[in-house]
Amino acid sequence: MHAVEKILARAAGREEVTTGEIVNCTVDLAGINDLYLQTLRSFAEMGGQKVYDPGKVVMFLDHFAPASTITQADNQKQFRTFCREQGIDLLMDIDQGVCHQVLTDKGLVRPGMLVVVTDSHTTTHGAFGAFGTGVGATDLAIILMTGQLWFRVPEVIRINLKGTLGPGVYAKDVILKVIGTLGADYGVYRAVELAGPLLEGLGVSERMTLCNMTTEMGAKTAYIQPDQVTFDFLQNKKVNLESPGVTTDPGYRYTAEHTFDVTGLKPQLAVPHSVDNVSDITAYLGRPIDQAYLGTCTGGRVEDLAVAARILKGKHVHPGTRFVVVPASKGVFLEAMAKGYIQTLVSAGATFVTPSCAACLGTHQGILAAGETCITASSRNFPGRMGDAGAEIFVASPASVAAAALEGKIADPAQYLGQKEAER
Amino acid sequence: MKGAISGTAFVYGANVDTDQIYPGGYLDLTDPELVARHAMERVDPDFVKEVKPGDMIVAGANFGCGSSREHAAVTLKAAGIAVVLADSFARIFYRNAINLGLPLLVCTGIARLVKRGDLLSVDLATGAVINRTSGATATAEPLSAYVMAILESGGVKPMIRKQRGLPVEG
Repeated sequence: MHAVEKILARAAGREEVTTGEIVNCTVDLAGINDLYLQTLRSFAEMGGQKVYDPGKVVMFLDHFAPASTITQADNQKQFRTFCREQGIDLLMDIDQGVCHQVLTDKGLVRPGMLVVVTDSHTTTHGAFGAFGTGVGATDLAIILMTGQLWFRVPEVIRINLKGTLGPGVYAKDVILKVIGTLGADYGVYRAVELAGPLLEGLGVSERMTLCNMTTEMGAKTAYIQPDQVTFDFLQNKKVNLESPGVTTDPGYRYTAEHTFDVTGLKPQLAVPHSVDNVSDITAYLGRPIDQAYLGTCTGGRVEDLAVAARILKGKHVHPGTRFVVVPASKGVFLEAMAKGYIQTLVSAGATFVTPSCAACLGTHQGILAAGETCITASSRNFPGRMGDAGAEIFVASPASVAAAALEGKIADPAQYLGQKEAER
Repeated sequence: MKGAISGTAFVYGANVDTDQIYPGGYLDLTDPELVARHAMERVDPDFVKEVKPGDMIVAGANFGCGSSREHAAVTLKAAGIAVVLADSFARIFYRNAINLGLPLLVCTGIARLVKRGDLLSVDLATGAVINRTSGATATAEPLSAYVMAILESGGVKPMIRKQRGLPVEG
């Protein structure tokens, strides 16, 4: 069996599962976010009274943090009341940040866990060898009632990554290349394992970006086999590692395997209006940018703020461009502040937003007008995703976003980074 | 789920994402009637003016990709859509729609056989699709027994209420 099958088998109380089978699994950690009051409605509509295991439930007030309409405020109020009444102690209120980064900061995800959140980017937790998957409100309500949910055991695709990243090229560029090559629906219903020698040199932040973005190829879940990098990171977060997770059996037959050699890869862009419409940045150099957006569960970690600070240190954002920066979490914000990145970016003209999902999904805090062009470190460039459907969104790495903020146009970040960056 | 249903088709391309089906700016709404007012707003502003109960959506691959928002399924169901036929569906959207009792049928190449406004007849049990306007026919993949059981209960909520011995409305 593959590691992800072993996780489902364990969660289903079974010795084995087979691909395509539907199994009922006990969920180890269930997360709800503040977009989905429907979760509580569905819970009530199905006759739910007591949450099955409140200790396994995390409530995130992250997408509307802080509330900017009365309806949002009222929804958040209802969530807080629900947590109090149901004994859900893991209420991550509006000061905490984006769900996936908060789970990571607080060390709530361990290798081998089955993590289900009402958020499509729950694939992020594959970076820790967990089975993370997103569901809708009513599915999550079923977990609140029963502690369980059905899953179809997915086929597994392996993506082997090898080669050396050049200056100004990051995990985000790699995964955009993969999505552009394989397509936005290649991973639908499937698990995507990321493997290969490139991963050895990537930290947890970049591994999270890889797993996070597999959602944009439709993946049900992502998986990276935990190694010393993972264990060191988790140990630092004081995560209980008594159970080190699972491993894939030798000889497991993948449904498909693809190998990407990243040597010589240019920075990549997902061009309007789909995430698999991917191009080398060189084809779009000089395109004027109204807003550069750095943040989200895809591109708002300390390492992302660090590269932006490095590019903008002692310089200033282009006068024709807004640079909106949203640390992914309170933990990220504090660490970036301690390292001086926040001061550097504010001095350089960045506009900061409190840790949250903010403009990524076009709800508030930096949304776009018709005819504007944005470059973003987030994950999606669907029409209207960040505001008006007449805005154009280019998805890129945090380094490419910062370079565009500086120049006021799409620019290759390599010129600001040089060889040292390649030795990360 | 016995017998065919008929309705008028709205036709779209591939990768219609949930932001196009239901924009993020309205995610704080929960009342289905209010949610229905924004159905397909970013892909087809005329949809809400034209849609009638029993109408159908036909699309290319990966319909419903993107976010986990159940609103995308709620808005189509509340707008009166009886079934969505597509080359393929994104997985969270698939679960959300079936949970609500909105049938989705995988029917390869269907978007090429149907024009907006064509009258379709769809048999959910057999997967037989007939375009009454053009005469073209197609066969959708059969629904799994698990999914069929949810749809026959009218969605997962009535199914769970029934399992728990609670009264089920209408």
